[in-house]
Amino acid sequence: MTTAQAQATLYHDIPEARDVKVAIAGVDVHYGDKQALFDVSMQIPDRSVTAFIGPSGCGKSTFLRCVNRMNDTIDGAVVTGSLKIDGTEINDKTIDPVVLRASVGMVFQKPNPFPKSIYDNVAYGPKIHGLAATREELDGIVEQSLVKAGLWGEVSDRLTDPGTSLSGGQQQRLVIARAIAVNPEVILMDEPCSALDPIATAKVEELIDELRENYCIIMVTHSMAQAARVSQMTAFFHLGNLVEYGPTEEIFTNPRERRTQDYITGRFG
Amino acid sequence: MTEPSKKAATREIVERNLPARYRSESRFRTAGIVAIIVSVIILVLLIGSIGLKSLPAYTAWQIHLPVALDQALVDPEGDSSEASIRQGSFGRVLQNGMRETFPDVSGRSNMRSLFQLYTSLNSTRLMDQVIADPGLIGSDYVFTMPLGDDLDLYLKGMLVEDRSVEMNGVLEIEAGRRRTNIQSQSADFAIVLAELQQMMIDEALSLESRAAANRTLMASVDAEEADRLNEEAARFDQRAQVLRTDAAGENGQLELSDDLPSVIVEFRGGAIRMNRLDLNGQGGSGESILSIAENRSDEAWTLYVVDTPQARRRIPDNQLIWTRALVERGIVTQAFNHYFFANADSREPELAGIRGALNGSILTLIVTLLLSIPVGIATAIYLEEFAPKNKFTDLIEVNINNLAAVPSIIFGLLGVAIFIDVFSLPRGTPVLGGLVLSLMTLPTIIIATRASLKAVPPSIRQAALGVGASRTQSVFHHVLPLATPGILTGSIIGLSRALGETAPLLMIGMVAFIADAPKLSLEGFTEPATVLPVQIYLWYSAAERAFEPRAAAAIIVLLTLIISFNAVAVYLRRKFERRW
Ligand SMILES: Nc1ncnc2c1ncn2[C@@H]1O[C@H](COP(=O)(O)OP(=O)(O)OP(=O)(O)O)[C@@H](O)[C@H]1O
Ligand SMILES: [Mg+2]
Repeated sequence: MTTAQAQATLYHDIPEARDVKVAIAGVDVHYGDKQALFDVSMQIPDRSVTAFIGPSGCGKSTFLRCVNRMNDTIDGAVVTGSLKIDGTEINDKTIDPVVLRASVGMVFQKPNPFPKSIYDNVAYGPKIHGLAATREELDGIVEQSLVKAGLWGEVSDRLTDPGTSLSGGQQQRLVIARAIAVNPEVILMDEPCSALDPIATAKVEELIDELRENYCIIMVTHSMAQAARVSQMTAFFHLGNLVEYGPTEEIFTNPRERRTQDYITGRFG
Repeated sequence: MTEPSKKAATREIVERNLPARYRSESRFRTAGIVAIIVSVIILVLLIGSIGLKSLPAYTAWQIHLPVALDQALVDPEGDSSEASIRQGSFGRVLQNGMRETFPDVSGRSNMRSLFQLYTSLNSTRLMDQVIADPGLIGSDYVFTMPLGDDLDLYLKGMLVEDRSVEMNGVLEIEAGRRRTNIQSQSADFAIVLAELQQMMIDEALSLESRAAANRTLMASVDAEEADRLNEEAARFDQRAQVLRTDAAGENGQLELSDDLPSVIVEFRGGAIRMNRLDLNGQGGSGESILSIAENRSDEAWTLYVVDTPQARRRIPDNQLIWTRALVERGIVTQAFNHYFFANADSREPELAGIRGALNGSILTLIVTLLLSIPVGIATAIYLEEFAPKNKFTDLIEVNINNLAAVPSIIFGLLGVAIFIDVFSLPRGTPVLGGLVLSLMTLPTIIIATRASLKAVPPSIRQAALGVGASRTQSVFHHVLPLATPGILTGSIIGLSRALGETAPLLMIGMVAFIADAPKLSLEGFTEPATVLPVQIYLWYSAAERAFEPRAAAAIIVLLTLIISFNAVAVYLRRKFERRW
């Protein structure tokens, strides 16, 4: 696919009310000799949920990792192209990934709480970034984050228990609380509900919907229904290419590309 | 197609294989149990046999000798100063004490033998006690010292075969000028006499059969060899002849040579070592050892037979008799062997202890610990978490793994080549030993640390990096705490290996005889020292038999240390283990 074609498939009409938060242009990712992403360009709006869909191995997680430069931690991964957040180039050696990651939180595919207490899990980010001057402030941040993540009611009386003692769904909400505790601008979520039952999924979706008011959320999901329910924008990836990107409604009701339609309707993938 | 039949087929195949699977499982379990039982048995045997061997080392027979600390002898200057006391004749003080204890012993060679009940090194110990407390000068003092090592073994029943036989006839003693005759009313000596004669006859018989064997051999060898054999046979015959004549006795008496068991008559206040036994089994003559002989008769007496002939043991009969008398009088008693735990090495086993080696081991281990653990852990963290993965770091990794397989003696050579020849560090000191052992333990610690860092799931690192922790923070806040149990275990096992290491320390001169325990202080690190395994090696190769139980006891001490190290490792692992 040429760059011109890729540009053509980009959604051109981002609603005025939503500013562009992340602007990506011509991103290639190589793992050693193997290219995993081909010339991806897109603009992701602020204060909304953008869903990445596509068959397994198509490069969704890889692309997500570009946004907080987690690919830096993978040996042999090379990211080229331009990634801008609020107009600032982040795919640049002069940008400290530590600063970047403080403003771009990430929730991983599998819940990965620290083997520490629930409190320490949430308090860790604010502590290392020096966001709280006093113990009371820190307590406040922890409580707020847990409330936002919809976990406070379940854990308020057992904050010293290890985070790993929670159920899978609770752990997922705990790591979401951990991500929002540093008050990021962008939250990346890699299949946050893949390990959850419908009730927990509903809770997390509700949470994402609430978070949308203040954050730019990018999530990967394998559930078409979930993408349709919670996202405003949807991007469809296939074999390392961004095939189609646009408002969720449009993608699901009136896809431009044949491949998108086939995937959404379950004819391949 | 036929789906159900396919399913049935799978099931059939599984069921057919099932017994074989279970058999192999139970075989495996049995093999495992057998292996555990065998290793436990071996361990028990090993520790048990060493433990048994070490038992005699834990107690010591001591002489509580009354001595007179005459001013003239112990303080020649008369000013109680240390310099004056150092000129005192403490050896003489001890000898006088022994003379007082056995006033009837006379003759130069008897005296010399008497003073060999203890080692002369004890005079220095007495001097040290007087220096520590000059108030003792002029007083009567009871000085406690260990009995000579051979006599100590004798009292522990490890040196000679002996037996006592109660006698009931009335014993008549008739003191002569050169020898003392004794006579019993009944034939109390008859059994011993018969045994001795039988021994001589047996010996003669065996000599004669050897002579006969020589003669049959003569037919099948050349002339020169036949001559030699014939001559030897003649000598055997001659000796057999002499033995037979001796066994028959002369003038109604059997002469007891040093090649025969010793026969000693013991009664209240005295002992007579028999030189001749009457052939009628009722008496004989001998020399009075304990007291000046006098005419008397006694009803309570015993026959003490030492089956190991005097010619074949290191201690003569008179020392045995004196020692027995001292035990009888309560002057020699058995107590906990504090010398073994309080003293450094000594050339006399009864004064030798593990303190020096233990201190040396502790000092050496401190150096090893301070060097190898921080350097090893830091290296491992850098290599595992920070170093770029390229040819160069691969090379380093391969080399570290190779180092772990290098025989320890090579590290000794390296130590000599670098630390002694280049940096000219003092030989045989804990610093040097610690440096060499650090070289040896580093690879072990690095490998263990890297393995436990690797075992920390990557999701933890990602989680930390994801909230914006720097690489260092993610390592020190999250990865390292999770890896701690493994790192501790690896380090402690590396250290306990260092604690038991001998070969490289021999090379760098930590094998010297150290009579003063190095102090557990800063100076101690640069004083010559030895370590426990080297001490064990030294004692096992020493000539004196009494060093053997001490070496075994030192092994027990070393094993105790190593096992408690490993127990600490297990405890720490349990304590810090976290699950996720
Ligand atoms: N660390 C890595 N090293 C080498 N190749 C990788 C690495 N991570 C991903 N890849 C490759 O990059 C491609 C994209 O992988 P990615 O994980 O982004 O897929 P994905 O879309 O997230 O799939 P899934 O839906 O299964 O999570 C795959 O072909 C994968 O094999
Ligand atoms: Mg993925």
